[in-house]
Amino acid sequence: MRKAFAKAMVEAASDPNLFFFTVDVGFMALEEVREAFGDRFVNAGVAEQNLIGVSAGMAKEGYKVFSYSIAPFLYARPFEQIRNDICFSKLPVCLVGNGGGYAYGHMGPTHHALEDCAAMSALGVRVLVPAFDEDLGEIIKDFAGPAYLRLGYDARPAGSPVPSYSPWRKVLDGQNGLLVALGPLAGVAMAALADFEFEKRPAVWAVCEMGEGVVPPEFWEKVRGANLYLFEEHMAEGGLGMQLAYSFLKKGIQPARFLHRHALGYPSGTYGSQEYHRKQCGLDRESIRNLFLNTP
Amino acid sequence: MEPFFSKTTQVAKARLLKMHFNANAGHVGGNLSCLDGMLVLFHHIFKEGDRFVLSKGHSAGALYSTLWSLGKLSDDQLATFCKDDSKLPGHPSGTGIPGLMFPTGSLGHGPSLSAGLALAAKKQKSGRNVYCLCSDGEWQEGSCWEALIFSVHHNLDNLTILIDQNKLQGFGTTDQVISCGDLQPRLSAFGANVLSCDGHDHDAILRALESATNRPKIILLNTVKGRGTLYENKMESHYLPLTLENYEFSMAQIQKEGAL
Repeated sequence: MRKAFAKAMVEAASDPNLFFFTVDVGFMALEEVREAFGDRFVNAGVAEQNLIGVSAGMAKEGYKVFSYSIAPFLYARPFEQIRNDICFSKLPVCLVGNGGGYAYGHMGPTHHALEDCAAMSALGVRVLVPAFDEDLGEIIKDFAGPAYLRLGYDARPAGSPVPSYSPWRKVLDGQNGLLVALGPLAGVAMAALADFEFEKRPAVWAVCEMGEGVVPPEFWEKVRGANLYLFEEHMAEGGLGMQLAYSFLKKGIQPARFLHRHALGYPSGTYGSQEYHRKQCGLDRESIRNLFLNTP
Repeated sequence: MEPFFSKTTQVAKARLLKMHFNANAGHVGGNLSCLDGMLVLFHHIFKEGDRFVLSKGHSAGALYSTLWSLGKLSDDQLATFCKDDSKLPGHPSGTGIPGLMFPTGSLGHGPSLSAGLALAAKKQKSGRNVYCLCSDGEWQEGSCWEALIFSVHHNLDNLTILIDQNKLQGFGTTDQVISCGDLQPRLSAFGANVLSCDGHDHDAILRALESATNRPKIILLNTVKGRGTLYENKMESHYLPLTLENYEFSMAQIQKEGAL
């Protein structure tokens, strides 16, 4: 997805109002972005707090700024700068965090982003979690205030078509309840369930933006009294599942079943690939298949 | 500097004291130490379009008094300082105050914000200058040094950082708490053009502000915390509000100087 992001940025680079900042991250990924942006591409060095402050200063003067790093370095280290410098003034800075969830796998826990969506949601930042490569072009087109873009890996079966971008969209139809997946897990679910009979698989919804305001009315209608399976590579606290459950309570909606699988941190105290951690949390393809093989 | 400006300074200082006394607000010491520098900057250097960032947000009172002395804030507005339904909280909110661009109060943010403003000014070829006021204890924040490295690397010669060097911070002197030693060589070693002057000498401040530079400039203002009060140069001036006795004493000092 990083390459797709770079491609989208290159296409957007002709807008002289855009600036791109990185904190010395992007080797073998952002070279074309650097070339396309010219002197509007700034490597600010290994200094995340300064990155956010400078980005805020630039945005205050009328620029739209993309600020890029490895996800946890971007939202956690300079959290106060995001809050005070960007969010209080609602400045148009898009924080681009590469490696959402366990995506940095073997690099270890310091490189994983498991509570980013909650943290950014709490600040009122618009949280965007693309599911598929082609979502990037649409997502970066327009942002008017603080945004957080969480990049992962497009995991759908090769060549599978998906509907055009929408913050919530049904990417696989089925009759066995509703499966809601945050970002790239929608692709994992598609891979897990594509060969199931229509009656035995759930409808798979890809969620690419947090927040109740972007949920389509059709979803609220269908989830009432239905089995709901929710998957996110994010801690439960403040994540999509908790946010959605809160919405259900406010709206008086009661699904027949609410199964929530989410990041569990490091329950075994051991570390591995993204796939390894997903499996521990029941978020991998096989775990999703098994869930529905065993669900009448 | 002409006598007129001395009177302006004294009137602004009296207004600052009155505002803090009426609100029973603290941080009087750090406001008094930087007031001269802020007044010289805004009355004699600052031009339309220039930018100012109050990184030491706890000196909001000095900024409000300075803006009042320029006619940009009214007495009625100052009367709301640190009260309910006010645009003038104890640390600036970043909204509703002319020329104030960011909410500040957590230390270490201003230099990076200012670097961003200065870089934007250069990219836009606007000719704008950017001024940032920090405290000396604030340079214990790593983010300040991140910003300095960035500013020097990008040769932001349109950026001036003033450091209110009153040498007292929240719970001790800057040397006792966590000493940076002499800031001047340290800042110079990072590549800034560092000047130092008496932070209460208007002519010296003006000379430092006017001096040409081809690098980011830092002016160390050697100041006295709580100057002219009963808790001058004492720790108490950092947090404690003015007692009636202290307020009357401080106002009498100004009256002795003949400005009121």
